[in-house]
Amino acid sequence: MSQHTVEAPLGETAERQIVVGQAGAPPDPKWIIVTRGIKREYDMGGEIVRALRGVDLAIGRNEYVAIMGPSGSGKSTLMNIIGCLDTPNAGEYWLNGQLVSTMSDDALARVRNKEIGFVFQTFNLLPRATALHNVELPLVYAGVGSEDRRRRAKEALEKVQLADRMDHRPNELSGGQRQRVAIARALVNNPSILLADEPTGNLDSQTSEEIMHVFENLASTGQTVVMVTHEPDIASHARRVVVLRDGLISTDERREAFTSRLAV
Amino acid sequence: MLFFQAVRIAWETIRVQKLKSFFTVLGVTIGVTFLIAVVSIVAGMSRYMQDDLIGKIIAVNAFNLRRQPDIQMGDVTEAERREWRRRPRIYASDVPSVAASLAPDVLWATESGDNLNVESIYASTRPVQCSTVSNDWFTIKKMGVSKGRLIAPQEYERGAAVVVIGQDLADHFFPSLDPVGRQLRIQSIPYTVIGVADKQGSAFGISLDKFLIAPEKSPLNRWVNPHGVIDQVVIQSPTEEGMREAMEATRAVMRGRHHLHPAQQDNFTLETADSALEFWNKLKGYLVIAGIALPTVGLVVGAIVIMNIMLVAVSERTREIGIRKSLGARRRDILNQFLVESATLSTAGAGLGILLGIGFAKAIAALSPLPASVEVWSIFVAVGVGAGVGLVAGVYPASRAALLDPIAAMRQET
Repeated sequence: MSQHTVEAPLGETAERQIVVGQAGAPPDPKWIIVTRGIKREYDMGGEIVRALRGVDLAIGRNEYVAIMGPSGSGKSTLMNIIGCLDTPNAGEYWLNGQLVSTMSDDALARVRNKEIGFVFQTFNLLPRATALHNVELPLVYAGVGSEDRRRRAKEALEKVQLADRMDHRPNELSGGQRQRVAIARALVNNPSILLADEPTGNLDSQTSEEIMHVFENLASTGQTVVMVTHEPDIASHARRVVVLRDGLISTDERREAFTSRLAV
Repeated sequence: MLFFQAVRIAWETIRVQKLKSFFTVLGVTIGVTFLIAVVSIVAGMSRYMQDDLIGKIIAVNAFNLRRQPDIQMGDVTEAERREWRRRPRIYASDVPSVAASLAPDVLWATESGDNLNVESIYASTRPVQCSTVSNDWFTIKKMGVSKGRLIAPQEYERGAAVVVIGQDLADHFFPSLDPVGRQLRIQSIPYTVIGVADKQGSAFGISLDKFLIAPEKSPLNRWVNPHGVIDQVVIQSPTEEGMREAMEATRAVMRGRHHLHPAQQDNFTLETADSALEFWNKLKGYLVIAGIALPTVGLVVGAIVIMNIMLVAVSERTREIGIRKSLGARRRDILNQFLVESATLSTAGAGLGILLGIGFAKAIAALSPLPASVEVWSIFVAVGVGAGVGLVAGVYPASRAALLDPIAAMRQET
């Protein structure tokens, strides 16, 4: 298995800075995600927790990236910032050519709606709504008309082989089915990136494989996928693995051919 | 579109939790029930007062020249009563001067009456309100006969001993007989019944059909008033404007005849339907205030309950709010969702209250002599009030929901 490694030890980020570009300047359009020196601190009852201490990261279009790290490494914080659920204290975050790190709450909501499809560990489906209605939700907030919305939601459910389950509520579906509904919901508005937070954390290993297979298919059709996980097994599906440690990127590895890994 | 989504969600909530929703909106329902019921009853009474009661006693665009007010509702002080007793009476000799001051299209008639025992050979003797009137009285009152005929001009002229009686008298004195042509005796003097007046109905359960009318110059006149004295002159103009002019003309004549200085107040009464309704209007004002104040208590309580329930709903659905935000819901989307939900809930409560209020009003109208008429505007007000209470009560919970941090909200266990 050949690996092309872009190793960047702590603090030595010269090469990475060339990639992410100068602060304030729009990055090269080939990158869909560019973070420049992102810092995020929390005030936990008087104690300042420095979750991110200056993260420079560039993710290209069509990349399939896994972000790894032990708990407390800042990977959840980074994921929240990439997902526009949170904003950094310092540094820049460019998403699809837009500087989102300084946006207002409502502007961030629009970006989440248009650019990002979330898949969560706990699925985060609305319990009282049917699968179809859950998938329709992002389109509701995008202002899509009800007929169009229904059609697109049905198509998205068909893509994850759940066309026959669309009138079921989440509690009538298995874990794997729920996660597939969540994937359909994430993709229904054609987002720039699919952002998955421990997508298999609540699933058994067989179902996990199923879900990872869905992700691989998506990645092979050109969908940008960013996945946060602490399981090396799951991360090994990705073509690039970024490892965080103590709020900084410790390693960033690209795999040439992930198909070869499948043979192992 | 988001609006309808929110309404749908709200209906879903109401449907799933019927009993809880009912208790939530109970305050609003009670408030609106009271509002509709009170407004209906006040409006019904008001219409009744104007159209039936006062309208029957004082004709349209008519006024009565009297010594003192006939219809006395509300507080009359002892000093006022004493002043009324000191006033000079209205005399038959006043009438030609007053009549001469009126425009040609103005009608007038004298009227005097008293309670007298009426006898017939067919039934027991009974005290009856007996009146003597002049020519145009029936025209002014727009009163016709259901049997027989009205008093003829010649009978007025010579003071014939003829009477027109009300329906109740016909029923009492001539049971299953035709009263026309038969006799009634008042103070031993026989009178021939020539007609039975149209049924006048009742006011507050008191029949308006117990009366007897004779010509002014008939023998009855000496029993109802001292010689030359009359109770009132009824004056009617075709228009309201004409009535005002006639009132001023009458006032001028009467002040002259009573030798009043400009500084002195009138010592006679020009009674109109409006002046008779004055007390009612005052009472109506109080009733309307009560009709607004009582429901307001219910609505305030209702608003507080709704606010609490919405706060619970927000905390119960924190995770849902987080999910919606992560999918691109803006603050105002979340705010609208909860405001619409609160308003829908409250409006549904108001709708229930409208039905109950109408039912209440109808029940009161059916079970008591109080009339009730449901006012359309009060339904619109009730719906508006319901939605308004919901919006006001929803503002605080909804803004709390809108400001939730999506990360923290999604982390919450439900």
